[in-house]
Amino acid sequence: MKRQRKTAISEDMTIYNAAAQKQMLLDVLADCDELDIDLSQVGEMDTAGFQILLLTKRAALKENKTVRLSAHSKAVTELLDLYNMASYFGDPMVIMASEHADVGKSKSGQSAA
Amino acid sequence: MDVIQQAYVVESRELLQMMEDNLLQMEGDGGDPDTINAVFRAAHTIKGGAGVIDCKFIVEFTHVLENVLDEMRAGAITADPELIEVLLACSDQLSTLIGCVESDSEPDDDVNKISLSLREKLQRYLGKAAATSLDVALSEGKVQFSGGGEMETDNWHISLRFGPDVLRKGMDPASFLRYLMELGKIIHLTTLPDAMPDAVDMDAESCYLGFEISYQSDADKSRIESVFDFVRDDCVVQIWPPHSKLADFISSIEALPEDTMRLGEILIRSGALTQHELDLALNTQSDREEDATATPKIGDVLVNQGAVTADVVEAAAVKQGRVAEKKTLESQLIRVQAAKLDQLIDLVGEMVIASAGANMLARKSGETALVETTSVISMLVEQIRDSALQLRMVQIGDTFSRFQRVVHDTSRELGKDIELVISGSEAELDKSVVEKLGDPLMHLVRNALDHGIESPQVRAACGKPARGTLRLNAYHESGSIVIEIIDDGAGMNREKILNKARERELIGPNQTLTDSEIYSLIFEPGFSTADKITNISGRGVGLDVVKRNITALRGSVDVESHEGRGSTFRIRLPLTLAIIDGFLVGVGKASYVIPLGTVVECIELSEKDRAETLNRKYINLRGEVLPFVRMREQFEVAEPGGKRENIVVVQYGGQKIGLVVDELMGEFQTVIKPLGSIFKHIKGIGGSTILGSGDVALILDVQSLVALATMQQNRTQAA
Repeated sequence: MKRQRKTAISEDMTIYNAAAQKQMLLDVLADCDELDIDLSQVGEMDTAGFQILLLTKRAALKENKTVRLSAHSKAVTELLDLYNMASYFGDPMVIMASEHADVGKSKSGQSAA
Repeated sequence: MDVIQQAYVVESRELLQMMEDNLLQMEGDGGDPDTINAVFRAAHTIKGGAGVIDCKFIVEFTHVLENVLDEMRAGAITADPELIEVLLACSDQLSTLIGCVESDSEPDDDVNKISLSLREKLQRYLGKAAATSLDVALSEGKVQFSGGGEMETDNWHISLRFGPDVLRKGMDPASFLRYLMELGKIIHLTTLPDAMPDAVDMDAESCYLGFEISYQSDADKSRIESVFDFVRDDCVVQIWPPHSKLADFISSIEALPEDTMRLGEILIRSGALTQHELDLALNTQSDREEDATATPKIGDVLVNQGAVTADVVEAAAVKQGRVAEKKTLESQLIRVQAAKLDQLIDLVGEMVIASAGANMLARKSGETALVETTSVISMLVEQIRDSALQLRMVQIGDTFSRFQRVVHDTSRELGKDIELVISGSEAELDKSVVEKLGDPLMHLVRNALDHGIESPQVRAACGKPARGTLRLNAYHESGSIVIEIIDDGAGMNREKILNKARERELIGPNQTLTDSEIYSLIFEPGFSTADKITNISGRGVGLDVVKRNITALRGSVDVESHEGRGSTFRIRLPLTLAIIDGFLVGVGKASYVIPLGTVVECIELSEKDRAETLNRKYINLRGEVLPFVRMREQFEVAEPGGKRENIVVVQYGGQKIGLVVDELMGEFQTVIKPLGSIFKHIKGIGGSTILGSGDVALILDVQSLVALATMQQNRTQAA
């Protein structure tokens, strides 16, 4: 039986919160096999925040666990698109990412489900 | 010439020197891969730099040279002496071309002609290599891709590796990428998080990302570069314009921290390279790896799809470590303009004078606290002076190793087999002295090569090894540096010199001379004992000039010779020309400075000695005859002296003499100020200095005083 957890990030994912968020996500991950991270409340995300997501995802892959990002906010989508890393996370925004130049313009801030 | 060109010229000259050294070494031992690599790298960097400053004639010339060197690296061409001759000629030609850059001129017809003929010669080697290679097609491929290959893509390619601190400094890689998108279009971008450590070690505030970007833009390179201006110190930025040279590209990739294989795949994905290009490049590269098994062929890797073998990781790590090591070494050196250093030394000199003045006033005032403070200051000033002078000190090794080429060329020209042995190259001396030392040294070396060392046949007949040895040696001795040029050749014929000197009436027919005096005759103007004049030396202009140059540096040169066993020329030079530690003495009202390095001891001239020495010019110093010079007489000081007189015993070049003075005033740091040319004929004075009181003191030229006293004594003895 896989242990599932859901967590939501309620603050901006910027360098100011990065250290705390890193610890939080890793702690939660240690406690479960499938982690769903709700990003709808992330109003701002910078490279430090991006790295935290990346780290969490990588740590999960290493231990054969699953990390899913869901309800990406506009800030998250934009940065993942810019870094062309959406496919790495493999969450339901892959299609948009591969055409990020067009999608970036037509999209109105809501991530596709 | 702008700053970049200037930097290029300086750097290229250094590289050329390195190239020449390595070529000469190659001639000696046939060339190991490291040496060949070093030569190749030098040529490669010179070419690269020439591209940057847009100097076509150097790029064109170096291109062929680079190709030949590349083939040598691959082992397709072996370094025979003939080829090394050509390569040496090429390095000379490069030096000429760089001279053109320096003087901001285009090379003239003569220079171009040489370039052309050298290129033809090189081309012949390339042709040979292609013909002898088993796989002609592959070899052509190599040649093409080692320098001429172009990337097939129309896009710019940008490699970014952000440093760990960028985020903390408030800069975000994302903003640079966004800015980049304003200038053009990002066709493809790959984020490289490979540098990010595991969760435990990962610092949430450090940046670990790198990017490979395929980019389309009409902007020029500097415009694109300017995007990264703010982050330049914290980010490795590499930008390749469309159709860059493939070889440059690949070699840069190799320098990146990520594994070459992985990067290769990324580049294909981003469209920077085609698979074909990468295959060719990597194959060529692994062909050249010394241990081909350590790097699996790209084909194997592609099968495994990114499963990188431990070998590769290890090899990459070692390579990376080496790069890091070299980087730190480089950053330990700073290039400073010589003029700035000179200015610093000048200022320090003034400070020495000023602090001496302050010191004197403090002592006069008798205030203990003040005296103490000023003495601390003068101690510090002394240390500053020493470190400032130290800055200008350079090792003599570079000067010495330049003669490898001279010995190589000259011995070839003369049909002799001569080896240059260098020792003591870590001995240091002032840069200004080194610069002026080049000519005299060159003269003496050529002299030794031509006259000193015999031809192999003659040597064999004398029972000596056919290969002659020329030694350059340097060491420090009592405040001066001694440079020896030692050959194991025929030595000088005492009688021949003597006869020649009599013939030219340099000495009287019955005059008897000591050995060292006889050998010193060769420094007389127009004196040559060479039976035949060669184009290397023997015209009789030379050794006198050497002597004059050395004397002008406050140094001396002497020679020691054993017939049949060789000669030793010994140059003695002060370590620096600017400041010396002096010993202040008084004669009458005037003060004189004796260079402290030459002072052996001070003794009082007793009443008895004074009475005895009224008519003779020597005293008995612990059973030794010590000739002396009375400064009062030497400088015709009119005022009567005090009751007591002292003798300062000085030594120069192994000779001791006494200088009779009135008063001993102690140590004194002295900034040497040159005397006007009016005074240049006055014997016994080397310069002047300003005392703390503002008075002028003359600096004694101990060397000439020693010569004077010795001559006087010899005359007395002869009489």
